Order: sequence, then structure tokens, then C-alpha cells
Amino acid sequence: MTGDALEALRRVCDEVREGRPEEGVLGVTPSIVAAPGTVEEASAVMRVAAERDLAVIPRGNETRLDWGMPPTRCDLLLDTARLDRVIEHAADDLVVKVEAGLSLDRLAETLAAHGQRLALDRPLPGSTVGGTLATAAGGPLRLLYGSSRDLLIGVTMIRADGQVAKAGGKVVKNVAGYDLGKLLTGSFGTLGLIVEAAFRLHPLPQARAYVTGAAEHAERAWQAVRGVLHSPLAPAAIEVDAASDGPVTVGVLVEGVPEGVAARAEAVAGVLGPDARIADAPPRWWGVYPEGSTLIEVTAPPSALPRLVAALAAAPGARLRGSAGLGGLFVGLDTTDPAEAAALLKALRSVGAATVRYAPQPVRDEIDLWGPVPALTLMRRVKDQFDPGHRLSPGRFVGGI
Amino acid sequence: MGLAALARRFAEAIGDEWVITDPVRLRTYECDGLTHHRATPGLVVLPDTAEQIAMVVRECAAAGVPYVARGSGTGLSGGALPRTDGVLIVTSRMRRILRIDPDDQRAVVEPGVINLELTRAARPYGYYFAPDPSSQQICSIGGNVAENSGGAHCLKYGFTAHHVLACEIVTPDGEITTISRGDGGYDLLGAFVGSEGTLGITTKITVRLTRLPETVQTLLAAFETIEAGGAAVSAIIGAGIVPAAIEMMDALSIEAAEAAVACGYPEGAGAVLIVELDGPAAEVEREFAEVRRLCRERGAFEIRTAADEAERELIWRGRKSAFAAVGRISPAYLVQDGVIPRTALPRVLARIDELSRDSGVRVANVFHAGDGNLHPLVLFDDAEPEAARRAEEVSGRILDLCIEHGGSITGEHGVGVDKARHMPRMFTEVDLDTMQMVRCAFDPAGLCNPGKVFPTPRLCGEVPGIRKEPHPLVREGKAELF
Ligand SMILES: Cc1cc2nc3c(=O)[nH]c(=O)nc-3n(C[C@H](O)[C@H](O)[C@H](O)COP(=O)(O)OP(=O)(O)OC[C@H]3O[C@@H](n4cnc5c(N)ncnc54)[C@H](O)[C@@H]3O)c2cc1C
Repeated sequence: MTGDALEALRRVCDEVREGRPEEGVLGVTPSIVAAPGTVEEASAVMRVAAERDLAVIPRGNETRLDWGMPPTRCDLLLDTARLDRVIEHAADDLVVKVEAGLSLDRLAETLAAHGQRLALDRPLPGSTVGGTLATAAGGPLRLLYGSSRDLLIGVTMIRADGQVAKAGGKVVKNVAGYDLGKLLTGSFGTLGLIVEAAFRLHPLPQARAYVTGAAEHAERAWQAVRGVLHSPLAPAAIEVDAASDGPVTVGVLVEGVPEGVAARAEAVAGVLGPDARIADAPPRWWGVYPEGSTLIEVTAPPSALPRLVAALAAAPGARLRGSAGLGGLFVGLDTTDPAEAAALLKALRSVGAATVRYAPQPVRDEIDLWGPVPALTLMRRVKDQFDPGHRLSPGRFVGGI
Repeated sequence: MGLAALARRFAEAIGDEWVITDPVRLRTYECDGLTHHRATPGLVVLPDTAEQIAMVVRECAAAGVPYVARGSGTGLSGGALPRTDGVLIVTSRMRRILRIDPDDQRAVVEPGVINLELTRAARPYGYYFAPDPSSQQICSIGGNVAENSGGAHCLKYGFTAHHVLACEIVTPDGEITTISRGDGGYDLLGAFVGSEGTLGITTKITVRLTRLPETVQTLLAAFETIEAGGAAVSAIIGAGIVPAAIEMMDALSIEAAEAAVACGYPEGAGAVLIVELDGPAAEVEREFAEVRRLCRERGAFEIRTAADEAERELIWRGRKSAFAAVGRISPAYLVQDGVIPRTALPRVLARIDELSRDSGVRVANVFHAGDGNLHPLVLFDDAEPEAARRAEEVSGRILDLCIEHGGSITGEHGVGVDKARHMPRMFTEVDLDTMQMVRCAFDPAGLCNPGKVFPTPRLCGEVPGIRKEPHPLVREGKAELF
């Protein structure tokens, strides 16, 4: 059957070959890898997959392919590497439309030449636009500029049946029709293949300053975070970095015109305390996922910070890092012991929502990566509508979706 | 169960006084802000709790009766247009602000809470609710959520979608559930906001509050021509400045505003631009100087800067009254809402001008220039036969222009009943079919605000939940059973 499918795919796509064991998605080796070069080709590939009942998993630059659960099957790995064009950069409109396989780094270079940027952090170098959207990934700048879903203004997807559908457009303001872009953001390839995306852009700031200060304990750190958050200093980001037993470092980014930034950075330093330092470059840990073989994404109101830090005690060695201003953080842990991971998760979930992004397989096997998700029934129905055959990234998402 | 039986059932559960069946009183609810679409609702209920709404929805679902949610009825696309054979669920009793939490910069409100009331309640803590539709004194936050409403200041601060963190909703099954950002599942909230009341009824909304800025600076710049004004807008944005708001009015709308509120805008202006900057003082000061320079460079013949709050209000007064003011210079008018890439402004405005001259139909232009959101007001005399039709035609042609230039048929007023027929001009059949897959997931029976947004309903196939046999895929072991 693979031979047959391979032939059928070769008829519609230039780059098709057999999968290799090292290309396995969490250990599940794809039978076939296809790399369409155009939206039309991608659509044709998806149509063949539909006709032959192939389970399809999209692959960007593999920076987050190990997030979520292993697929229940993987017949076709759909590689977006050749879909890497900037389709249109309307610089004067501060809008860009790109293909999904383009890396955020390359996009940033293109935009920087015009003094612009997509205000989306790149915690993992090399990640593609499609992969970033599919995993709803983001970093410190979310505080001021919003998440990927907020910057996305239009999307083109290939449906499970191979048809090409779009939503939104290329203007910043638009309420015509349902916002499928938001629905696809964070859907981990389970609803369709993202092939094109249009974003709202921002001007690159003329100046930046990073202000960091250590707080001896979590309560002090929260006071500092609150002080900055509640000030009119308009920080672009407020981050923390905390170990289960050590001090908590608070980092604040201010952006703007040089005179203003200098004065605001001073004011922020005043809030963070006498030892606060101001620098042009970010601290080493800025926007980087905390180390460890397990990564957990946590959402909780900002004031829950002390309780989140306290929860780390459940797994000594765990590290908390992320946007304290927004209440969107990450916890890293090095363990192969499912019980330890489970204890940490339980403690975190008593404070907010906690989703495990990756973990060693023995841990993944034992724990519930998502925890309770209230509207799961509706989510299953959405899945049933978009992918009735459950062929798109099957089993990768919450509730076995 | 027919409507009469439903009315009795609701009266028992909610109380007589909150169920309206009297034809005269029903007429109060026959339209929203788009007054030329009217329908007397079969029945109106005014519930007070999410549980009551869930009960109403469950009864409607069981009886196969359509229902429509209504907030304050200020919508401009007929989203809250009732069904003569259905139930209108009005949220005007649900006006409690449940929590204001300045530490976490959020608030929890019931759906009927008036937009401006939330800002008033948050202001003492140094916060406000950023989405500020011009109707903010009367529109409800539930309505804002449904329409993904914007306002003059959404250029910098984004629309309602950017400020909603979670919604408790009553699903078309009559279940109460919560959809939120960051719960690890699908972003159902992202799909719900802006779905115009077609995916369920929101009963509790958690929103983000925004810190009041340190400084606000407002200026009014007068230009001889609308093209010069448009060029100034492009120059400001091109310089990397993101103002809180940039609004523009043309000569005809200035004339109307003058007649209505005597706003005292500069004589002889072909266009005025209102630019507002807010934020930290040093940034605002520097950028404000830059904005003044750019306006002058592009031919502004007068620039006024508001020295205080009173002067700021004076500058805004003309703009804020513009819609209503047009009533002073024309017996009737249509409000259009379309979007173009902002760089296309000069070209599109020239085309609108041409259209107006060729057809003899006057068009007053008021718009959110910063994000290319046009609000042409198409003037006509409703006493004149055929005038309304001609105005409709011009209004429709303006939408054509928006689509031709890669824009949208609506930037903030929504599709509703008004523009459903225009959707196929912007989207393919597959696009619309795909959007409606979401609708089928939420509301397979199609009873929740039917006939809105989409020109033709999609058949939803099997209705989930009432499947009698195992799904074929489950039988073949190809899918999980939940
Ligand atoms: C003078 C004027 C100026 C305006 N200016 C602006 C502007 O600047 N920007 C802008 O965006 N809009 C503007 N509007 C349009 C309108 O005010 C907004 O769309 C507003 O959000 C509607 O709120 P509402 O409470 O009146 O909703 P309604 O008109 O009652 O309902 C609107 C839609 O929301 C649905 N709905 C209502 N409540 C709920 C609920 N609880 N759950 C689910 N669905 C619900 C209804 O079914 C309907 O589809 C203006 C209107 C007027 C009359």
C-alpha cells in the first residue's frame, strides 16, 4: 500500500520519498515524506492522502515536533520546508503575508531591512511560521503585543479533504466571517494544514533597555512585577526566572525612543530595587524555555506568581520562567520519574492551567499532558467536523484528538 | 411545544414580568441599529442568570424553535434582528460587574454590562476597558464580544478579541461551559468572539483591563484636500508611529458636524485629521512633535493642539457626533463599513468621489484612517422615489471598491443579515463551508441566530450526540470512541 500511495503522491508532488526512522514523530516513523513546493501541490497531496486514508502530520523545522502526544499513526509526513516564500510585504501598510514553511528568523531579516518586525519572540531558533502558529508559541513580547493569534490577520489552510480554505484577509481590521486563524492557532496540526499566514507588523523600536533585579523571595518578586505592571511605564515585557529554592529574578523590557527608554528604565529600576541593573542586551535566560527534559506551559493570573513558585517545591530542581506580567509561564524539569512530574503537575494545577509540552517517554506515558479542559466536548465536535476520518495528526492533541 | 407553551414555561421559571408576549411591547424589539430590517419577535424573555438562559435554550432546542440573543440592540448589521417564529433572549437585566481585579488587570462582567460602565468602574484603580465603540454609552459587552467590536482607539490597542480572556457560554445544547485562552485546547474563544451570536450565548466575560496612559495628546489638523490628509496618515504610520487613534472627516461630514454641534473646525477645510497619541510622556512628546511636522509637511494649514481635557473633548466632539449629525444635512442616510489597506486610501477616496459625482448621490466620509476602516455615509431623501435604491447601489459599489483593493466588507459592524449576501464576494464557497464547520460543531440544529453571517446554511450531516449506532469509523477501529 505504501508503494501505491508513493506513486500516487509522486504524480502530484515533486518531492516525495520514503520516510526514515530518524524522522519519526515521537518514535512513530512516517511511511512517506512529501514536500510540496506550492499551495496547489500541498492541496493535491492532501487530496491523495484523503483518498488513500493516510494519516498526515505536518512538519516545519522540527523545533516543536516533539510537543504533545505521539501520533497513533503517521503515514505521511508533510514537510513545509519548500513553502518558504514571502508572498507580499506591504511595508507601508505594516502587513506581511508569507508561506507557512518560512522560518521566523528569515522573516525577521526581511522585515528588519524596512525597520519593521513581527512582534513575536523566537524561543527556538529556526522555527517556522506554521509550526509557531500550530503550537501557539510565544515569548516575552506577548505582554504588550499579544500572542501569535492576536498578530495573525489572515490564514490559508488545506483541509483534510484537500480543499483550500481561507479566512481573514490582509487588512488589520476585519470582522467578516469566523476567525479560523485563531482556531488553527494552537491546534497542533489536527484541524488542517496551515499553508499561508498574514500578520500585522510593528515598527522596530529605536531603543531598548532590559532591567533586571533579584528578589529574595517570590512575594517580593510579585510586588516588583505588580509595581511595574501597575505603573504607566508601558513595559513591553515583564519576565521572571525562578528556581524552586533560590531567589527570583525579575526582568523588564522597555522599548521606545532613546530619551524615553532611558528615563523609563531608570523608573523601572527604582521599582525593582537598589540592585537592579540596566543593560542593552537581554539576560542570558530571556525568552528561553527553562532547561530540563520536561517542559510545562502554565497559565495563571499574574498575582498567582508566589503560589506558582511555591508549587515548584513539589519537584526540587524545577525552574519557572516566563511572562509574569501576563501570567503565561513555563516550568522546566529534568526527571525520568513519572511520580515526580505528576506531583509537580498536581501542584501547578492547583494554581492554574498546566499543559505538558514535552517530557521523556516514560513520563509522557504516565501523566495527563493537559489536565482538565472545560469545553472538551465542543473541541471533539470541532475535530469531527474538520477531520471526520481523524487522519490529521491523530492522537497528538488533548483528549486523544 | 409552540411559542405559547414556551411562554408559559418561561413565565413559570423566570417570572411573568420577564416574558413578553404583548404585541405592542414586542415591537420595541423589532430591530437593532439597522432599522430598515424589522421583524416582530415571537416572544421575548429577559433572563437574569446563566441557568435561566440555559433553560430557555434547552427548551427552544427541544421544541425546534430558533432564538436570538440581544444586548442593547445597537448593532448596525441586523445581528440581533429577531425571528417572528422564535425567541429573543435579552441580556439587559444581567448588568452586574462581578469583579474588578486591578492586581491581575482583569474584570469579570455579566453580558449586559454597558461598555462605558466598566471603564467608569475601573478608572478609580487606574484602568479602563480599551475597546471603545462610539456607541460605548449604550452597547453591551456581550454585544461587543459577539461583534468583536472596535473603536477609534483600536489602532493601537486592538479589538474586543484582544481583550477577552474567557467567556462562560451557554452552548446551543443548553449546557453551560467556559472557553478561555491558554487552557491547552482549541482556541474556541477566538472563534466565538466575532461570531455574531451564532455559536451560543455568553453569560459571563473575563476581560483584560488596560492601564490608563501617563499622557494623552490630541491634535486636529486641517487640510485643503482629502488626498493631503490621506498622505499625512501614510507619512505618520510610515514613520513608525503607532498613534492611539487617527480619524479623518471630509468636507461634507465637517459641514454636518458643524451644523449639529458647532464644533468650530477650521474654515475651508477639505479634510480634518484627528491624531491622538498616548503613553509615557517622553515618547508621546517626541512623537507628537513628529506628527505635527509630518502634517505640516503634507500641507496642513492649521493645527490645533488640545491643551487640556476640555479642548480634547471639543476636538473629538465633531467626530463623535458625525453619524448623527449627518441627519442635519440629509433626511436619510446609510452607514457603510468597509476596510481597505491604508495605503489605498487616496485612490479609493478618489473613486468614491467619482461614484458620487456620477450618480448624484452625496457621500460623507468619516473614517478610522489609521487602519483603513471607512465609514462612508450615503445620503438620500427617503421621500424621493428610487432614492433609497440608488443610495443602496452606491453603498454596494463602495464595498466593491474595498474588495477590489484587497480589503474587507466589514471592519467592525459585522455581517449580520445586512451583508450575508456580500460574503461570497470576499470568500469562496469552500471558505464559507469551512467556517460553517465551526457552526455545525457548536449548533448542528441551526437554531442559534439562524440566517446571519452566511448566505446559505450548511447541512451539518449527523448531529453529534444523538448518534444511535457506532460511527462507521469507530466500528472499523479507525477512530476513538468518547
Ligand atoms: C451610533 C453608533 C455607533 C457605533 N459605533 C461603533 C464603533 O465605533 N465600533 C463598533 O465596532 N461598533 C459600533 N457600533 C455598532 C454596535 O454598537 C456594536 O456592534 C456593539 O458591540 C453592539 O452591542 P449591543 O449590546 O448593542 O449588541 P446587539 O445589537 O444587541 O447585538 C449584536 C449582536 O450580538 C449578539 N449578542 C448580543 N448579546 C450576546 C450575548 N450575550 N451572547 C452572544 N451573542 C450576543 C446578537 O445576537 C447580535 O448578533 C455603533 C452603533 C451605533 C448605533
